[in-house]
Amino acid sequence: MHRYIPNTDADAKAMLDVIGIKSMDQLFQGIPDDLILKRALKLDSGISELEIERKMKELGKKNRSTDDLVCFLGAGAYDHYIPSIIKHLAKRSEFYTAYTPYQPEISQGTLQAIFEYQTMICNLTGMDVSNASLYDGATACAEAAIMAVDSTRRNTVLVSETMHPETRQVLKSYMHSREINIAEIPMADGVTDPEMLKKLIDADSAAVIVQSPNFFGIVEDLTEIEKITHGNRSLLVSSVDPISLAILKKPAEYGVDIAVGDAQVLGNNLNYGGPYIGFMAATSKLMRKMPGRMVGQSLDVDGRRAFVLTLQAREQHIRRYKATSNICSNQSLNALIASIYMVTMGKKGLREVALQITEKAYYAAGRLTAGGKYKLAFDQPFFREFALIGPKDADLINRELLANNILGGYNLNKEYGIENGVLLCVTEKRTKQEIDQLTDLMEVI
Amino acid sequence: MRGYNKLIFELSKEGRNAFSLPENDVGRTPLEDMLPAHLLTKEEVELPEVSEVDVVRHYTLLSKKNYGLDTGFYPLGSCTMKYNPKINEDMSSLDCFANLHPYQPEDTVQGALALMYDLDYMLSEISGMSRVSLQPAAGAHGEMVGLMIIKAYHKKRGDNKRTKIIVPDSAHGTNPASAAMVGFDIIEIKSTKDGAVDMEDLKAALSDEVAGLMLTNPSTLGLFEKNIKEIADLVHEAGGLLYYDGANMNAIMGISRPGDMGFDVIHYNLHKTFSTPHGGGGPGAGPVGVKEHLVEFLPVPMIEKSGDRYFLDYDKPYSIGKIKSFYGHFGVMVRAYTYILAMGAEGLKDASRKAVLNANYMMARLKEYYKLPIDEICQHEFVLGGLKDGTDEVTTLDIAKRLIDYGYHPPTIYFPLIVHEAIMVEPTETESRETLDEFIDAMIRIAEEAKENPQVLKEAPHNTPVRRIDEVLAARKPVLKWQND
Repeated sequence: MHRYIPNTDADAKAMLDVIGIKSMDQLFQGIPDDLILKRALKLDSGISELEIERKMKELGKKNRSTDDLVCFLGAGAYDHYIPSIIKHLAKRSEFYTAYTPYQPEISQGTLQAIFEYQTMICNLTGMDVSNASLYDGATACAEAAIMAVDSTRRNTVLVSETMHPETRQVLKSYMHSREINIAEIPMADGVTDPEMLKKLIDADSAAVIVQSPNFFGIVEDLTEIEKITHGNRSLLVSSVDPISLAILKKPAEYGVDIAVGDAQVLGNNLNYGGPYIGFMAATSKLMRKMPGRMVGQSLDVDGRRAFVLTLQAREQHIRRYKATSNICSNQSLNALIASIYMVTMGKKGLREVALQITEKAYYAAGRLTAGGKYKLAFDQPFFREFALIGPKDADLINRELLANNILGGYNLNKEYGIENGVLLCVTEKRTKQEIDQLTDLMEVI
Repeated sequence: MRGYNKLIFELSKEGRNAFSLPENDVGRTPLEDMLPAHLLTKEEVELPEVSEVDVVRHYTLLSKKNYGLDTGFYPLGSCTMKYNPKINEDMSSLDCFANLHPYQPEDTVQGALALMYDLDYMLSEISGMSRVSLQPAAGAHGEMVGLMIIKAYHKKRGDNKRTKIIVPDSAHGTNPASAAMVGFDIIEIKSTKDGAVDMEDLKAALSDEVAGLMLTNPSTLGLFEKNIKEIADLVHEAGGLLYYDGANMNAIMGISRPGDMGFDVIHYNLHKTFSTPHGGGGPGAGPVGVKEHLVEFLPVPMIEKSGDRYFLDYDKPYSIGKIKSFYGHFGVMVRAYTYILAMGAEGLKDASRKAVLNANYMMARLKEYYKLPIDEICQHEFVLGGLKDGTDEVTTLDIAKRLIDYGYHPPTIYFPLIVHEAIMVEPTETESRETLDEFIDAMIRIAEEAKENPQVLKEAPHNTPVRRIDEVLAARKPVLKWQND
């Protein structure tokens, strides 16, 4: 008997008697005989827990983790400190083995946690309403584009060249299949070029989509972009980093209509790229156009405060093909993790993380450029990441660094054609000693 | 702490904190010396100020207001709430899997790539497909990707008229929504009263404008589509493709394969069939499998192998492109992979057989007390139509809410839409006969209560942290965040 399957052959026999059939095979009599698989699946036999552990650790040995390597790699996935309590709380099985909270009376834990998550996302971004999460930052951006197209009844979106290349690719796939036009706003000196935006924007532009800090880590000033965008009655979509919002101007302060981004940085493991968590917050005007679940506050029959999934008339299980999106499962557990992170860091802690990141990144950039061998690719203010141009291709430098147990930066030649360009990332986890070692090694490569 | 009802914000007190960070060893620099003032916020970010024990108690007490699979039986139809093995969690938390950066050099992630490559093979073998992309984040995302592939296939052939997707009225809501997401028009066809595709309706709907048909098999009524080969032939002859919604795959592992039935594209729900947890609504994973003629359209990157070395292959000119950052929900893949290792070929087959056994056993015992619109052998789930000799007074909702008082998560209700007062029950294979009997006894007791004391059902649940909630109020005057007042 398999350990996950309790009913024995004797149970099965007794149950077949109640059903009134003689054999297990009769259960499948509705399947045409030529569709019954007449052989065993070509998979190995099941193995014990001990064997699983051995096999998985053997596989794991072929990986080198960020516990093992000093990570200066970012580009959309970040090696931040994760407080210990997160795993203890998020691994409570009442949270992780629960289904979507469709039965609110026995789901108040999940529902309240999401309500608190929505509140904190609104507080971080300054926006009016947040949904309960989307798959990741890239798909959140695509959903925002669709939302803008639906609410403006225009059919083109403009996305900045400084947006993460993968996000732009995801946007293209989504827009392409829906026959929405997409155009890129070229950059100038590492930031979205407002002059190019002026040339591109027209009566069919539903949205202008920008990222800040952008892919190069540069903090973009959206003041002028906002004027151009709203002057054209387009919507401004901004992809932001939640930690940076402890110090940087919030999307709402710029007059952004939809703020999106990835909240992996809020306590979620790197996980080789997923699961992460996309967030979306918007102005109240756009509330009923938003995709995905939302939790609202209400009262129960006894007058107690209670939480429930709401505004479901937007969603697929009610509206079917008229829904604002097809999303059903989202990233609830990752939203819980993000919440626990935000609560644990709190008002002061999140600011402290953001400050340390900035100080350490500036320190690293200063050290690395001091010798003259490397220079900043752009003379712009940055957060957590900065682009350097050096004497050699980043892949070559990274090979040397890896030999010294350092995970080097992202090669900027591939996507941006910046020859010998590398994007380095410094989080609060990096120490002075690690940064100095990186500098020393890069000086001699 | 009984009756705990605080929001985390209501615990906040100035000066408290739960965070712990080392001193900044590169020294302090005034922020304005690094970033120009006009880029900085003028407002402090509003987050709670609480101590560590506050955080721990708050979320522990919240978790106790939840009902999870580890709490009890969860017979949610079409959701396959099977036991989530603990070893899966342990394996996905191993440092060598949890702490990998997606842009690490391939040489440093050979174990992760090997796992994904093997999982692609395993899932392909289980469904009879050629290759699987592991990237989609959830079932609905998988549907969207599958439909993008269907669109790309027709487009490459220059067959640009195919703008319509056929969806039966018994389908999951995500099916039509996903088709709309990809810019298809939807043709809804009727189901027969036993939930099968209405062949005449299908024939009438088929044309050279149809890109494909989306189907789940077994159907949402828990019955195997007997005409599936004929359906596949009709759709293919009309130039369309067949899409398999894998929500109900738990009925057929090792028994029958969508690929052999004639399906061209399939999505799996790793969080249903392959035991990864639902997480209170996600993360799931919705890999997409295709037959040989569609492999070239799968999203990039695919995991390939050259000699002993695994690599990410982006060189696919006909690919639909990227549909998500990086490579999908790797953490979920590790869990599903662990599960398949634990089950093996015979374990998976036994799982499906016992899932179907459990469903039929429950159906046989319950049909005396509840309406059973279709009384024939079912697959992994079945649909009841409310109380057998019920009046309009007691609804399916009342029955569901009363089940909560008996300590159960209710079945899926009011779905599929084609059954009046539907109660859709899916026990899964991980429940014992004793558990099923106890649940059945509760259902029988509720049927009796409906006659003797309907009020107790109307007012249910009675002993939950909150009772029935005013959903109209929530939607009419939306309060979607806490505000300090």
